[in-house]
Amino acid sequence: MFRTHTRSPRQSRNTGRRSPLATTALIAVGLLFTGGAYAAFSTTTASAETSHAASAGTVEEGKKLFQANCASCHGLALQGTDDGPSLIGVGSASVDFQVGTGRMPLQAQGPQAPVKPVQFTDEQVRALAEYVATTGPGPSIPDESLLQADGDAANGAELFRVNCAMCHNVAGAGGALTEGKYAPALTGVEPVHIYEAMVTGPQNMPVFNDANLSPEDKRDIITALKFTQENSTVGGHALGSLGPVAEGLFIWIFGLGAIVALTVWITARSN
Amino acid sequence: MAQDGNSGTELAAADSSDHGHGTELAVGTAVVATDAVPNPGFPPHRPRVTDLDPKKEKRAERTVYTLFYLSAAGSIWAIAAYMMFPIEPENLNSVRANNLFIGLGLALALLALGIGAVHWGKALMHDQEGIDMRHPTRGSESTRDRAVEVFAEANEESGFGRRSLIRNSLIGALIAFPLPAVVLFRGLAPEGPEANPVRLLEHTMWKKGDRLARDPSGVPIKAVDVTIGSVFHVIPEELANLGHSEGYLEEKAKAIVLLMRLKPEDLVEDEDKKDWSYDGIVAYSKVCTHVGCPVALYEQQTHHLLCPCHQSQFDVTNHCAVIFGPAARPLPQLPIAVDDEGYLVAQSDFLEPVGPSFWERH
Repeated sequence: MFRTHTRSPRQSRNTGRRSPLATTALIAVGLLFTGGAYAAFSTTTASAETSHAASAGTVEEGKKLFQANCASCHGLALQGTDDGPSLIGVGSASVDFQVGTGRMPLQAQGPQAPVKPVQFTDEQVRALAEYVATTGPGPSIPDESLLQADGDAANGAELFRVNCAMCHNVAGAGGALTEGKYAPALTGVEPVHIYEAMVTGPQNMPVFNDANLSPEDKRDIITALKFTQENSTVGGHALGSLGPVAEGLFIWIFGLGAIVALTVWITARSN
Repeated sequence: MAQDGNSGTELAAADSSDHGHGTELAVGTAVVATDAVPNPGFPPHRPRVTDLDPKKEKRAERTVYTLFYLSAAGSIWAIAAYMMFPIEPENLNSVRANNLFIGLGLALALLALGIGAVHWGKALMHDQEGIDMRHPTRGSESTRDRAVEVFAEANEESGFGRRSLIRNSLIGALIAFPLPAVVLFRGLAPEGPEANPVRLLEHTMWKKGDRLARDPSGVPIKAVDVTIGSVFHVIPEELANLGHSEGYLEEKAKAIVLLMRLKPEDLVEDEDKKDWSYDGIVAYSKVCTHVGCPVALYEQQTHHLLCPCHQSQFDVTNHCAVIFGPAARPLPQLPIAVDDEGYLVAQSDFLEPVGPSFWERH
């Protein structure tokens, strides 16, 4: 080992300078190896969890999952700790949203729990939700009939503009809040998760209970969101629907850039 | 003294050397410093490839007329696109196709025309440098004297200076002429004691006993509907009955309110404002006190209200005091109560003007 290590520089010195591509190749090989190993490792853990969850689906199973994965922050009796709020009475909708979008288990304490790959199977999420729902009454997972995006898109769009657009952007592209918090983009979010977010008010989102927005209103909002996402924009490319900043930046860089380039070309001497 | 003498000779030397460039100094004027940078003149003329190589010239010519033909094709394409991609009612995508293809045709027509013209000028047109001297703008002495004479004659013939009554009445008439514009433009402002703009800005349509209703449906809100963490976007119940021709938007712009329920123990309330909330339910004007954007980004855990326009932040637990940003005042609070049927009602109008500052705001 030691010998080869000392010999290699001499060899390279013999053959002249090392190719500049050698460093790049070495880094690429190293990264590929590390990434591959990590991917293989995470797949094995995921498959292990799947096999473990095959028989899940009962409250008892949910309790076990909760104690193993959630209790360190939320407490063994869901009473909450300094690291996490009490979950008594949050309802199954809350669990299905938080765990079903990958926000929970939390990856790190911070201003906001980001969306990440879901850590549990659907059965495990359901078991957890059922278990948490037994500890107190709370909003439950909405009925399928409300999630078909077949309501009144016009009414939904008006309600969205009044109640949601100031944070989530009028096109549902998301927006910034205070101190690192943000309203996430609503593009590609499952209807069930949109509904659950409205009814439970996850993190800093306010609650929109059924007295404020009736289940039909929520269905209409989901309809409007799906309508805008499935129909192409009339005015051309939406540039992420981020509003005047994105559009202004685009025209400043590309519009003015083109004008500057044309000016330089016009005034340059012909060769 | 010696130094003075030295500098004198140096300057004289500079002057004499300057003489070669043709600058003449009048006797007795200050010494003019010579220009440090002599006029370099033109760079040597460099012929273009199109001047040297007839093949290149032919090619440039081809490029130019091809561009002009392309421009014509673009114009014709724009007409064809208008017919081929009509805007169909109920089909938003047809608008997109219509815009896109007409726009592409017009862009091609204009860009090819412009680029062709510039390329023609740069590559083919005459390329010798030349100087156009500026013409002196000052008239000759006799022209100038004649101009003064003309004025004097006109004054003499019209009697402008002599007939002072006519002159002064003319000046008076010219001063009076713009006055109607002032009065006419004043007439655009709200008129009458009811429409005093200061009063309009100071008051909203909220009054004692008005029910708080949902925006935009106008369905009144019961206190029990407002669960903890909820936020309601609120208008006065009467506003929903108002038509757009009856000032719906004007009234709504002032009267919009955000209703939130916090845990009562989270609220820090002044002694004299304790009865403005109901069991943790508070109502605040949604109009930012900075420049009037709707402040509605409520964070239900931190109880911060964020204005999306300029990032002013208000602390809902502490009478919406400003905790960040350019707003100067807290959001005005709407005092609320509950009526016999359990609906939320206003105790009165806002007790201070809502929205941004104005001149007469006290």
